[in-house]
Amino acid sequence: MMFSSLEGLVFLEGLKSCLDLLFGEQEEQLGQPSPLQFISTSDLKALFDFVQVSLTPASSDSWKGPVLLVDDLSVLLSLGATAVAVLDFIHYCRVVVCSQLKGNIVVLVHSNEDSEDEENELVVNSLCHHSDLILWVEGLVTGFCKDVHGQVMHWRAWRDVVQTYQYKIQDKNVTFFARGLSAAVL
Amino acid sequence: MAAAAGGTAQGRGATSFQRKAADGSRLATVVGTRPSVRHGQLLLSSGLPSLDCVLEEDKYALYSNLLFKYFLAEGVVCGHDLFVASAKEHPDNILKELPAPLLDEQRNELGEEATAVKSEDFQDSMKIAWRYQNLPKIEASPTTSTKFGHYYDISKTMSPELFQSIKWHSFYLPEELSLQPTVKTCNMNSAYGRLLLSIQRVIYQEGFDGSDPQKKQKNILRIGIQNLGSLLWGDDICCSDTPEDIHSLTKFLYVLRGLLRKSLSACIITIPAHLIENKAIMERVTNLSDTVVGLESFIGSERETNPLYKDYHGLVHVRQIPRLNSLICDVSDTKDLAFRLKRKLFTIERLHLPPDLSDTVSRTSKQELAGSAKLLSSGCGAMAIGKKHLDF
Repeated sequence: MMFSSLEGLVFLEGLKSCLDLLFGEQEEQLGQPSPLQFISTSDLKALFDFVQVSLTPASSDSWKGPVLLVDDLSVLLSLGATAVAVLDFIHYCRVVVCSQLKGNIVVLVHSNEDSEDEENELVVNSLCHHSDLILWVEGLVTGFCKDVHGQVMHWRAWRDVVQTYQYKIQDKNVTFFARGLSAAVL
Repeated sequence: MAAAAGGTAQGRGATSFQRKAADGSRLATVVGTRPSVRHGQLLLSSGLPSLDCVLEEDKYALYSNLLFKYFLAEGVVCGHDLFVASAKEHPDNILKELPAPLLDEQRNELGEEATAVKSEDFQDSMKIAWRYQNLPKIEASPTTSTKFGHYYDISKTMSPELFQSIKWHSFYLPEELSLQPTVKTCNMNSAYGRLLLSIQRVIYQEGFDGSDPQKKQKNILRIGIQNLGSLLWGDDICCSDTPEDIHSLTKFLYVLRGLLRKSLSACIITIPAHLIENKAIMERVTNLSDTVVGLESFIGSERETNPLYKDYHGLVHVRQIPRLNSLICDVSDTKDLAFRLKRKLFTIERLHLPPDLSDTVSRTSKQELAGSAKLLSSGCGAMAIGKKHLDF
């Protein structure tokens, strides 16, 4: 799990922080609860407070347009938060980051066509309704292919048009191409 | 594929990348590991350190226990430290039943049988299925000696002398409960909480997380957790459709992953996935793990008598492969894998369909075979069967 902001990276590494929380010293630092305390209490408020504090610029900074990256939101459900709590969290973040600070939020969620995880599907559907841009990444319907690993569907809210690209992942980057135009075919 | 070691066809040695003279290895050398220059990590013979492998148990947990023991046996042979946790069987007993490693003479014996068969193949070059000649041959039997990964003889147990040099820790739940009746755990199933504390203590005290700079010889900790999620661990996800706490297992896996990432360790966990009614839990477990492999044994199922599967004992479903330190994983070409338990060896192979040789095959039976083949989506014939479906 990570959060970041532009021009200055605030990185919350969930895996590391949860270890500090569970196995660290008993005293809390300066009375500030850990952002991951929802693992014990199922309450995401501390996480939101962390986001708000990290992204609100101090008077001396001239940051413009912070970006909140969340990787990934489905993990919050696995850690005890309810779907409603997760959606509330994102809503509060949207108010602060988008409306107040004129920034952007990018959220990653997992999903499956035949998923039986109803809470996760609820979060995904709700996020889709509230998003300006959706990038839907999936494998090819025909199955595994060495040269084309999958396709990305790109949908903008105000245009209501879906564009589809296919992609191939290499070690350190990804190449995108129009459907049917992969290097292996041409 | 990063399933447990022991006679598997897909070793990690399949990469063709050749590094030029290593100018003094910058990666710390640890016994029994090999640095992966592609990803800048250390590889264990069954995968990667800081790796978390979840094994979905087959119905009677026969084969998954075998793979579990292979993982631990590899640790003993390489001199790694072991941590074995179970709520069902005492770890001492588990360790007593580890398979013995194949010594060189025995390996050659097996190798000879295999090469005798192979030379026949070479002599008559294929006439009908000549396209298959170009497919890479999968090494299913041990013919080359290698220090990276060993082969094991299941018919013999490991001799106690091999255990002398390694350090192992155990966690047997009934004992732990009697030793320490109450333990504070943050809103998690208490058995899982205890296990986490125990693992964290071992990692910290033995210095696997690099906290002890004095320790010169680095080593790997191999953790094996048996039967996680079962009723014996105090979790009711395996016996109830609406369990009391569906988050305990996933929280445990998340925190465990944090511990593994911070230390030189790898973990294999077997889970009775077929008993978990709430499929959402297994989806979340899959997303939280680096590697997930499911074993489906044919015992007691209709597939046992299906002629398609007569050579095999079960199927291997790879549900997740690790993508650590890179965007892409080492994806093998074949997706259909099956396993078989020979007299001495357990092997995982590409699933072959037997040729359709009979002259009097009727229409219906051909369709049945075609139907099963479609399910398998094997690399050769699936295109001709069913609707043609192009993406563009």
